[in-house]
Amino acid sequence: METPIIQIRDLGKEFRTANGPVRALQDINLEVDAGEIFGIIGLSGAGKSTLVRCVNYLEVPTEGDVLFEGRSMASMTEKERRATRQSMGMIFQQFNLLAQRNVIRNVCFPLELIGVPKKEARERAMELLRTVGLEERALAYPAQLSGGQKQRVAIARALATNPKVLLCDEATSALDPDTTKQILELLKEINRAMGVTILVITHEMSVIEAICDRVAIIDQSRIAEVGAVSEIFVDPKSAIGRRLIMGEAAHQAEAFKQQRSIRIIFDGRESAEPVISNMVLACNAPVNIMYAATRDIQGKAMGQMVVQLPEDAASAERVIRYLRSVRIPYEEVGENEI
Amino acid sequence: MKFDATTIQMLRTGIWESFYMTALSSLFAYVIGLPLGVILVVADQDGIHPIPWLQKILGVIINLLRSVPFLILLFIALPLSKIVIGTRIGSPAIIIPLTIAAAPYVARVVESSFRELDAGVIEAAQSMGASTWQIIWKVLLPESKPSLLLGAALAVTTILSYSAMAGFTGGGGLGAIAINYGYYRYEPFLMWISVILLVVMVQVIQEVGTRLSKKGDKRIR
Repeated sequence: METPIIQIRDLGKEFRTANGPVRALQDINLEVDAGEIFGIIGLSGAGKSTLVRCVNYLEVPTEGDVLFEGRSMASMTEKERRATRQSMGMIFQQFNLLAQRNVIRNVCFPLELIGVPKKEARERAMELLRTVGLEERALAYPAQLSGGQKQRVAIARALATNPKVLLCDEATSALDPDTTKQILELLKEINRAMGVTILVITHEMSVIEAICDRVAIIDQSRIAEVGAVSEIFVDPKSAIGRRLIMGEAAHQAEAFKQQRSIRIIFDGRESAEPVISNMVLACNAPVNIMYAATRDIQGKAMGQMVVQLPEDAASAERVIRYLRSVRIPYEEVGENEI
Repeated sequence: MKFDATTIQMLRTGIWESFYMTALSSLFAYVIGLPLGVILVVADQDGIHPIPWLQKILGVIINLLRSVPFLILLFIALPLSKIVIGTRIGSPAIIIPLTIAAAPYVARVVESSFRELDAGVIEAAQSMGASTWQIIWKVLLPESKPSLLLGAALAVTTILSYSAMAGFTGGGGLGAIAINYGYYRYEPFLMWISVILLVVMVQVIQEVGTRLSKKGDKRIR
């Protein structure tokens, strides 16, 4: 097997503040494979932004190491680290464009840093602006662009030096839902067409769902769980995972737990299939849907739904038997679990 | 007193002397103060190249110089003018104390311009592998340009008003005319003319600074 492009080894980070040390990251171990889109999700303050800055050593970790293509960042000199950063583009929530430079000169900026001749840099920049669909705004200044356009410029700029990895720190958090969708599509396209490995930091499950292959959930400075996005959606193991996927519904459902309930798992059958309606019609018994978290991931229904079974035992049994017969996975939900 | 050709000639010389004292002192003050301002920001604890001891010492020296009243500094620094320029009287002699007084002021003005800059932009440059020098030359200075120009208008008008004290040490300029005629010889008319001319100079400098700053600022649509 190929060496993962990024290996995070026993990484920890402690900030020294006026109020004593603050632990931002602890025992982080992650591997990102070349060519994948890897997501890191967590609530604000979980440490995800610090983690992405440790990957390119903008923040120097206090423990552990990061290996980029097998080379230890910890043992590099500052100069070597700067050279390594040129293989890792980064985009930000607030875009961070140079306000006094126009679009094309922003995209040329990283090329200028490594001494690429001006003409060559301009040609490369125009090519990238075509990729992100902004060639006709090459002479505009950032103040004249919308948020989505600014992020496109930032993406073009981050890709100028042909990096192997693109780090995205909450890259869509300042954008509206439509623009978010477009930017995510663009990232996916860049990953597919250029083979750039993408590391996405976000607090939104919808971002992970839209583009990521694998995801790590980070909670209180530690990794809570890591896995394929489809697996974690079906069956989140950690409390924080359930909370992120179910959202607030998980809490509301607590109130209804007196009656016998089951969790129905959607593990990828056709999303067009009306599972619950069929079940109700077949069993001639009403069920009470307490909460549902299902997503249509590339035409497959993924997720889960908790339903309260009918009060009379016979009807309840009919529902159970129906689910078994059509091979829909389910499990009984106990008093204290969701 | 009559407003004759001699008076006009004296005022013209005054304007010229005020102008070159201010211009040269401002130039030297920026040659010294701009790099100091860069160090104050870059070498800061959270700066892009932290050298906290240097930053702190520099901060103390700047505060020290800035707390000495200019009139006092003027007299203290005159022996230095004697060494550097060869005389301790007249307009050229005051350029040395003016520069010493203005450089730390310029350093602080420049520092505040740099601090206005969004830290995210510097972080972006770092993420692209920019070195400290590259960040200073390609990010810090050009991105702060509009603010630096506004700061320059502030610094130059301050230096102009300081230069008016040259009169006390045998220097020239409009300030000297105002002091010599208005204060020592009770000729308020000439004093007011000089003051009005100084006001006009300040207005012009400020206006030029503001316009250059606005014109060059690409953040304005």
